[in-house]
Amino acid sequence: MTDVYIVGIGIHPFGRTASRSGLAQGEFAIRAALEDAGLGWPDIQFAFGGSDAAGKADTLVTQLGETTLPFVNVLNGCATGGAALFGGCSAIRSGDADLGVVVGFDKHPRGAFDPMPQDWGLPAWYGEVGLMVTTQFFAMKLRRYMDLYGITSTTLARVAEKAYANGVHAPHAWRRTPVDLETILNAPMVNDPLTKYMFCSPAEGGVALVLASAKKARELGRTGVRVKAVSMRTRPVGSFEVFAPALDLERGESATTIASRAAFEMAGVGPRDIDVAQLQDTESGAEIMHMAENGFCAHGEQERWLAEGRTGLAGTLPINTDGGCLACGEPIGASGLRQVYENAVQLRGAGGGRQVPRPVRNAYSHVYGAPGVSAVVILQC
Amino acid sequence: MSNPPVAANLFTTHAPLRLLGGRHRQSGRIVFPLPDDPAYESIELPSRGILWSFTIQRFAPKSPPYRAAGAFLPFAVGYVELPGALIVESRLTDVDFEHLHVGMPMQLTTVQIGAAGAEAREAYAFRPSADGDAAP
Repeated sequence: MTDVYIVGIGIHPFGRTASRSGLAQGEFAIRAALEDAGLGWPDIQFAFGGSDAAGKADTLVTQLGETTLPFVNVLNGCATGGAALFGGCSAIRSGDADLGVVVGFDKHPRGAFDPMPQDWGLPAWYGEVGLMVTTQFFAMKLRRYMDLYGITSTTLARVAEKAYANGVHAPHAWRRTPVDLETILNAPMVNDPLTKYMFCSPAEGGVALVLASAKKARELGRTGVRVKAVSMRTRPVGSFEVFAPALDLERGESATTIASRAAFEMAGVGPRDIDVAQLQDTESGAEIMHMAENGFCAHGEQERWLAEGRTGLAGTLPINTDGGCLACGEPIGASGLRQVYENAVQLRGAGGGRQVPRPVRNAYSHVYGAPGVSAVVILQC
Repeated sequence: MSNPPVAANLFTTHAPLRLLGGRHRQSGRIVFPLPDDPAYESIELPSRGILWSFTIQRFAPKSPPYRAAGAFLPFAVGYVELPGALIVESRLTDVDFEHLHVGMPMQLTTVQIGAAGAEAREAYAFRPSADGDAAP
C-alpha cells in the first residue's frame, strides 16, 4: 500500500467559542494546518470534510480561495473525520493528487443531541416514547458489559479521572481541571450507571490535516508522520448500535472489531506494537469496551488495567492522551480528526506535559458513531 | 386500553396484548417493529421475557421527538430478551429502579405517554413479572 503522509496539522480549540461559527472554526483549523505545512491554499489539490450540524465544508472556498479544487462534503456522524481521512488517503493513493486537506468541525447547542426518528429510518413512535436518546444506548451497552465481565463503577470513574488529568496538559482541551474519583462517582446520574462526569458533552471545535504523497512529503522535508492504515466499516449483522428497536438473539461483532482487524492487517502491526491509542470515549464505559473491541486486552481485563494505571500517560498503553471526548467535548464532525491530530503531536514528540514519556512509533485512533460506523487510523513515524 | 395506540401495527389492540413483529418469509429472521414490506409476515411476539440490559432516563428527552407529559419524572428503559424471537427495546414500568437487574423476568404491558387528554397515547412497556401472570 502506498503510504500517505501528514505534513500539516491544525486545530481550533474545543469547547465553546461564542464568537466563531462552526465553519469559521474549520477555516481556522485549515489555515493552521497549511501554516504548519508551510503551504498555501492554492497548493491544495483536493479536500474532504464535513460537520454534522455546522454547515457545508465546501462553502469554505469563499474564505480560503476559489481555486476550483474538488471539495467533497462528508456526513458520517461521529465517524465524519475518519471518513474524510479515508477519502483523502484514497485520493492520494490513487496517484491523482499529491496534496490534499481533510477537515472536520462542528458546533452544537448545549444539552443532549435531539435526533429525529425519520432521519434515522425509524418510526415516529420510537422518539415519542422517549427512546431516541443516544445516551441510553451507551448506558445499556455498558450495563450489559459490566454484568458479563465484572467491570465496576470505580473503573468507570478511573477512566474519567484520567481524561481530566490528561486534559490539563492539552491546550485544545475544553475541561482542563482535574476531577477526583469521589466527585466523579458521586455526581448525579445521567443514565445509570453513568454519572455526569462520565459522559462527554456536545461542544465545538475544528481540526484539519494536510495529506501528501511520499514524493511530495520528501520534497517538503516532512516525512515524520505516515498514515499506515485507515479503515472504515459499517455495522455487521448482530451488532449492538445506537437507535436499535430490537436486536437479534444471536449476537455478532461490532463495526469496531472489524475496522480494527482490517487496520492492523493493513498496517502490518498488532495491538502490542501500539505505543499510544485514542479510543472513542463518548462515555467512560465506551473507552473500556473499545479497549477490548480494538484488541488491546481481553474482555474484563480492563478492571486490572485501570487499577494499575496502564492506560495513563506513563502506562504501558497510554489511552486518550489529550483527555479524549471527555475532556475535549464532542463536536461530532471534528472528534475523529482530533484523535489523529493528537497522535501526530505524540509522534512528533510535541505533547509537552501530556507527551508519552518513551519513544512513540505506532499510534492508533478509533472513532465510533451512530448508526454503527467505525473508523480506525494507524500512524507511524 | 384507554388511549389511542402510539402507532398502528405496533401491538395488538385486542386481548391478549402482544407485540407485532415480522418474520422474513425466506430467511426466517424475526424483526421488530413489523416492516411495511411484503417480504415479512406479521407475527405475535412472546409477551414474557428476561431483562437483557437497562438504564434510567434521568433527564427529559428533547421534544420533539419526545411526547412530553408535563413535569418530567425519570423513567426506566431496557432491552428484554423474548425467548426464541429477539431482544426488544422498551420502556419499563411498575418497577423500583433499585431492584432492576439483568436477568429479571418481565411481562408485556402498556403505559400512557404524553399529557392526559387528547395528547395521550398508549405505548408498549414491560414490567416485572408477577406470580399471577399467565404463561407466555
